[in-house]
Amino acid sequence: MTNSISTSSDYKQNPHKKAYAKQNMWTGILFGLGIVAFIDEVVFHQLLHWHHFYDKSTTDIGLVSDGLFHAFSFIATIGASFLLADLHRRHAFWLKRWIGGILLGAGVFQLYDGIIQHKWMGLHQIRYGVDILPYDLLWNILAALMIIIGAILIYQTNKERKG
Amino acid sequence: MHTHDQYSADSLPILLAVPFILLFFLYLMAVVLSNQEKKRWPVYRVFAWSFGVLCAILSLIGPIADLAHTNLTAHMIGHVLLGMLAPLLMALGAPVTLLLRTINIPTARKLTNILRNSRPLHFVQHPIVAALLNIGGLWVLYTTDLFLMMHENMLLYVVIHIHIFLAGYIFTTSIIYVDLTLLRKSFLYRTVVFLFALAGHSVLAKYIYADPPSGVAIEQAELGSMIMYYGGDTVEVGLLIILFYQWYKKSRPTFNNGKEGFAISNNKKFTVAGTDIEEVKRLNANAGMSYREINEWFAQQQSKANTVTKKR
Repeated sequence: MTNSISTSSDYKQNPHKKAYAKQNMWTGILFGLGIVAFIDEVVFHQLLHWHHFYDKSTTDIGLVSDGLFHAFSFIATIGASFLLADLHRRHAFWLKRWIGGILLGAGVFQLYDGIIQHKWMGLHQIRYGVDILPYDLLWNILAALMIIIGAILIYQTNKERKG
Repeated sequence: MHTHDQYSADSLPILLAVPFILLFFLYLMAVVLSNQEKKRWPVYRVFAWSFGVLCAILSLIGPIADLAHTNLTAHMIGHVLLGMLAPLLMALGAPVTLLLRTINIPTARKLTNILRNSRPLHFVQHPIVAALLNIGGLWVLYTTDLFLMMHENMLLYVVIHIHIFLAGYIFTTSIIYVDLTLLRKSFLYRTVVFLFALAGHSVLAKYIYADPPSGVAIEQAELGSMIMYYGGDTVEVGLLIILFYQWYKKSRPTFNNGKEGFAISNNKKFTVAGTDIEEVKRLNANAGMSYREINEWFAQQQSKANTVTKKR
């Protein structure tokens, strides 16, 4: 980089975005992870009370996994916000790639939560006292869709970067 | 719930609160004294320190402290105040820096030398050690009979409460660097340690929900554990924002040295006072010409102009 002065048209195009492709993707992934965990906490735990704080079936490994992801999710959210601010101040923000990252991160976490934590570790179920199958299906199919769309966006921006 | 010595429980908390009251007045005195000679001490630090002391005192004397003897919910509010919020706010008060600027320079030098060469201080300021002291201590307290014994033994009560505060303070200062810092680790390193410490705290909170310390009723354990879980989160969010904001300021783009890029810096050189030498060099490089350089430059321009006119 030879000069620190960017013109206003440069600013709109974010001239440094390709140099920061990796940071754009990871900022999105961390943000997606954090957002899903946040929605999980606010909507399913606090507002709907579908999820339980603690379930008698919870295994020790489930408790540890829950603690780690809980801590990781809001470190990720706050960290990703500062990384995003950093991208903007470097005129390197890449909206498409960032959204791809968000969908990828959100999908991966939701799938992990839905399959490993809910089912295998028995942390808690999506909802109690109902036929759980449709809920589980919707939960995990949604997760898979997010992963697919996210991966496509990341793939496309990868090609743009190289092309 | 359980019996404990009523007399000892009444006189003790006041004893524990005395050092905090003293620290509060000493801090104010130091601010007034040092402001007479030096640049004005930031007002927000005074506020942070005052509210920090207030949180600690609230957890040690008054209604919350009284209830905490028999009620785990109140105990947990006290725990969040004394072990998390008070240390964070008091750390933001940068007491060591204030002390060093208040005492005379030779004494300050001696003191910094002692602190710098103190192996135990270096040891406990390591983020992993500090996290173990803090979170590990809590695990011991709540998963053994120590919790029950604490309310029956005066000395144990005092020692544990001092430990909770000190461990919280050391942990906070091992993660965010606002005061004199002896041992420095990278942002990424501190974030990872913090992740595990926070996870340890969350897991313990849920563990208490299911397996409360002996003598604690189930409903109280459930509410208390949720206060520990979410109250802890709230304080830690504040700490994280400060940590990442420090990273954000430190990693601002530099264009002049050709090293523009995203990097979490490590292996920095520091002076005794904690000044980042590379940072100063970089800032100086960005600062443009010095006063002397500008004069020289003007002189050059002038002589150039003179030679041009002479040639004509």
